[in-house]
Parts: sequence; structure tokens; C-alpha cells
Amino acid sequence: MDNVTIIAVASIVTAGLTTAIGCMVPALSEGKAVSKALGSIAQQPDAAPTITRTLFVGLAMIESIAIYCFVVSMILIFANPFWTHIIAK
Amino acid sequence: MKITPDETIIWHHGFIIINLTIVITWVLMLVLVIGSALITRQLKTDIFISRWQCILEMIITGINSQIKEIGLSDSEKYIGYLGTLFLFIAMSNICIILPYYEPPTGSLSTTAALAVSVFFAVPAFGIMNGGIVGYLKSYTKPSIIMLPFNIIGEFTRTLALAVRLFGNIMSGGMIVAILLSISPFVFPVIMNSLGLLTGIVQAYIFSVLATVFIAAAVHESSSETL
Repeated sequence: MDNVTIIAVASIVTAGLTTAIGCMVPALSEGKAVSKALGSIAQQPDAAPTITRTLFVGLAMIESIAIYCFVVSMILIFANPFWTHIIAK
Repeated sequence: MKITPDETIIWHHGFIIINLTIVITWVLMLVLVIGSALITRQLKTDIFISRWQCILEMIITGINSQIKEIGLSDSEKYIGYLGTLFLFIAMSNICIILPYYEPPTGSLSTTAALAVSVFFAVPAFGIMNGGIVGYLKSYTKPSIIMLPFNIIGEFTRTLALAVRLFGNIMSGGMIVAILLSISPFVFPVIMNSLGLLTGIVQAYIFSVLATVFIAAAVHESSSETL
């Protein structure tokens, strides 16, 4: 395999793995956070606005991890610096 | 495939480049400024007010109560900054229902600029409330060991703010673009409406996080002077 093929294979496989693993783990933790929050709201419905606001902020924090993985895989596929370096040579 | 609206260049001369992001940002800014100027030109305290004044009052009181709930009791001091952040991001994310529109928040340069403004606004509000010494002392809380981590945290949370907003909006647009090539009839519409929800939530998250950072700086620096 020449350099271009190796870079292409490595980028595509890594991009897939990044999104796969990087969506799996945040999904688990988001489910945990939501189930906890629903339990708390069921116990104390008076505190629902505060819990919801904190839940949204926390969910965004967790979700941003998945978004980072997505951005990395998008860079690997559409704007790969190593690929452009090899092609330009 | 175009990832960001930065790549659509409308006019360039020398090193000055006017791309689609700048144009849309300025159009949105003009719409917001001219719209609110027109509405606030004739404010009334009657029982019957115009419907535009009513919606503007609802937005303002809503943002005010949200800021108060997070812990900044004198919210009128901060609404000028935080409300502008929320309105601009929400407006630029809602407008994706318009045809040929690309959200300027889907470009890393816009979100980085917004995050840098938060980066400078936090110490500005902190110093305004507790003085320079009080603000600088807030870095050494709870103990002096936390000083490097607090300083690193300043930078990483700015980066996280920028990449979070950019990633969410860019991924929304990209999913629609990919689905258009796979199943062009129904699914892009559903994903676009999901993008509207994500856009509003992200605008809310961005301004809530900015409020939380400012509230932390204000409280920690002013508790020292008490």
C-alpha cells in the first residue's frame, strides 16, 4: 500500500470508530442523568424548574463530548490535514 | 461538501474577504437592531399595548427572571450582554427555516468570537463588582493549590463553549445535507425541525453557561470584600 491509501484507510476507520465510541458512552451517561432527574422530579415536583434547568445544562455538557468526537471525525473525513499534505506533494 | 458558510466567498479584494458568514451576521444584526428600535419607538403603559411591545416585554421579563434564578439578583446590569447573546444565537439558529440561509453559528469563527467575548466579559463583570484584587483572589479559591487549574479552566471552557455551539449547528446542517442525498423527501424536514429544537436549546445553553460563569466570578470576588 502506498502512503495515500494508508492515510485514507486510517482516516476512515478512525473516523468511524471515533463517532461510534464517542456516541456510545455519552448516550449511556445521558440516559443515567435523565433517569436520575425524572426520579427526582417524581419525588419532588415542586423543584421541577430547577431540576430541568440543571438537567439541560448538564445534558449539554455531556452532549458536547459526543460533539467533539463528531467534529474530529468530520475533520478526518472532509478536511484531513495529512491527506492534503500528501496530495499537495 | 461545504462544511461552514466561511467557504462561500462573496467578494474579496486583496486580503479583505467578505464571506457569507459576515454578510448573514450583519443582516441578522440589522434586523435585530432595527426591529427593536422600531418597536421601542412608541412604548405605552396603557392597558392596550401593541402586540410587538407585548412580545418584547415577554422576552425581556423572561430573560430577566432566568438570570435572577441563576443567582445574579441585579439582573438589569447583565441583561444587556446576556440577552444580546441569547437573542443573536437564537435568531441565527431559528432562521434555518428560511431557504438559502446558512446559520452563521455554524462557522467556527463566529462561535469563537462569541466565546472570546464571554472570556473577556467574565473578568470585566467580576472586577466591576469586587475590584481587581477581589477578582484576582477568586482564582485562589478554595486554596492556592487550585490556582493553575482555575487558570487552565478559563481557557478550556472558552474552547468548549465555541466548539459546542459550532459542532451542534454544523452537525445539524450536515445531517440535513447528507439525508438530502439519501432520502430527499421527508426525512430532511424532520431533521430540520430537530435542528430548530437543538438551535434553541444551544442558544439557551450558551447564555446560561455565560451567566453561570459571570455569576461565579461576581459572587467569589464580591464575597471577599464583604
